[in-house]
Amino acid sequence: MHYLADGLRLPTNGLDYTILAIYFIVVLGIGFAARRSVKTSLDFFLSGRSMPAWITGLAFVAANLGATELLGMAATGAQYGVAVVHWYWIGAIPAMVFLALVMMPFYYGSKVRSVPEFLLQRFDKSAHLLSSILFAFASILIAGVNLYALAIVVEALLGWPQWVAIVVAGFLVLAYITIGGLSSAIYNEVLQFFVILAALIPITILGLKKVGGWDGLTSSLQQSHGDNFLTAWGGTGIGEANALGANWLTIVLGLGFVLSFGYWTTNFAEVQRALSAKNLSAAQRTPLIAAFPKIFVVFLVMIPGLVAAVLVPKIGTAGSDLTYNDAIPYLMQELLPNGVLGIAVTGLLAAFMAGMAANVSSFNTVFTTDIWAKYVVKDRDDTYYVKFGRLITAIGVLASIGTAFLASSFSNIMGYLQTLFSFFNVPMFVVFIIGMFWKRASMKSGFWGLIAGTAAAMVNYFVIYKQGIVDIPTDQGANFVSAIAGFVAGAVVMVAVSLFTKPKPEAELAGLVYGTRSPGMEELPEKGDDAWYRKPALLGWGAIVIAAACYIPYSF
Amino acid sequence: MSDLQREVSELESKSATAARLFDLRRIIGYLFLVYGVIVTIAGLNPSEADLAKADGVHINLWTGIGMLALGLFFLVWVKLRPTTVPTPDEE
Repeated sequence: MHYLADGLRLPTNGLDYTILAIYFIVVLGIGFAARRSVKTSLDFFLSGRSMPAWITGLAFVAANLGATELLGMAATGAQYGVAVVHWYWIGAIPAMVFLALVMMPFYYGSKVRSVPEFLLQRFDKSAHLLSSILFAFASILIAGVNLYALAIVVEALLGWPQWVAIVVAGFLVLAYITIGGLSSAIYNEVLQFFVILAALIPITILGLKKVGGWDGLTSSLQQSHGDNFLTAWGGTGIGEANALGANWLTIVLGLGFVLSFGYWTTNFAEVQRALSAKNLSAAQRTPLIAAFPKIFVVFLVMIPGLVAAVLVPKIGTAGSDLTYNDAIPYLMQELLPNGVLGIAVTGLLAAFMAGMAANVSSFNTVFTTDIWAKYVVKDRDDTYYVKFGRLITAIGVLASIGTAFLASSFSNIMGYLQTLFSFFNVPMFVVFIIGMFWKRASMKSGFWGLIAGTAAAMVNYFVIYKQGIVDIPTDQGANFVSAIAGFVAGAVVMVAVSLFTKPKPEAELAGLVYGTRSPGMEELPEKGDDAWYRKPALLGWGAIVIAAACYIPYSF
Repeated sequence: MSDLQREVSELESKSATAARLFDLRRIIGYLFLVYGVIVTIAGLNPSEADLAKADGVHINLWTGIGMLALGLFFLVWVKLRPTTVPTPDEE
């Protein structure tokens, strides 16, 4: 059991560090080369709304593939087994398709620059300011979670002290976003997407080979963990016990509907990538192009998680030094020779930077255009806001370094992130969905829906679950239930408030509510956009059909 | 048209991103060529220890070749469909 003695330290050599160094240089190079494209604030915050769909699409998926996501999902795989696919096939794809087909015409067509700005157009200043502040706060927290995750991983793998990892990675992200703006962040995310794949594929293949292929993997796990560990829905009947602590209803409603729609359709770190696309067709295709890799990425995190559960049967329990989050790092150490090891280390650091950069580049946009330019220093010329955006990027990165320590009290990083999302994104989603589909939803109802939804989710999680008033077996299960509570409370309060307050004048709702169009939006489709493989409806339904088909082998 | 739409349209017309931003496909292409060459060379003569660790798979060689192929794919794509740069605005 040599890994106990040596810890998880990787046998990296000069070759691996060369690969990592090349990557750092290219990342910075992209930042500097993108600098000359930044002329207006729209260039800095939204790439001038000019990106092609394949770039925004891959950035969309990479922004989500942060290090916390990769390690957290491999951890979920090692802990709960095949059930991790729910976070992808039901917990991502339907929401991404909904964002593209239903919501994007309003988002992109109304020319808003951020998710909160849509609330300002649809509701009023109180909803706008509240959501801007909550979002700014949440993105710094999540960027901090990323930094903390990176620091512990790098300390374990490479032996760098935590503060060195935080400073190096933090300043790299700081530099390339401050210099090149969103274009630089998006370009780096696309690059990161490919490096992450190049890191995960060898780990998955070697891991499978090590445990005797898929058959060897499943037969070992059947013996050690039981049949339900290898099915998506086994043991999820209402009243049955399972490791996840959730039944099919809370999975479908809590994860598949509320949490997932909240995250994918209103989280500006994601939506921003689509808003930077060059036209409505490209904006609609952004989440759809992202959906296809998303369907299959689950295998690259689930299989390493399952393999780790076979190789280290005691993983995550008191009998082992390894926690669930160590699944991927452990396999890197055990299986990869120098060379591929360098690629894998680079991929992990890239994944971390993708996650953090997405939060920082959306934070600076919301803070500058939604908070500073609308409530603090108004009506200055455009160059002032570009400068301010650069300054606030630096401040945001420094603040996230400070919050990195908050993450240390949760055992499963993913659970922590989802707790945050259920508090902030769920009420946002309620307000959006009602605001987009119900003209009568009044100006004031947005604000009160946000307050009620957030409060209900927090009360459910911290009082009803944490105090043990209702018995829910796991944090994950409690997250799903809190999300549903937040959704219902937000919706009820919005409808109630709307009935007693005055609606927004019809003329101001053009292009914001279902059944209306923005004036002057009759944009001509670009040449080639009418090709069948670029039709959003076909891509969207195709993704749903494939995701549903993927469930079949794991459902019986 | 609302104030917001007017403001964003005006910024869009002054934007320099489309005209001045370089083609990312070239960067991805070259980076993966370099990585592919490095890792393939590392995989040409694997040590016994490395082979044993990877369960007998020439993982460096295969990963290297895969990355070379990806790099070439992007460079060929650039060659076949070069970016059409919109007329850059004078400054």
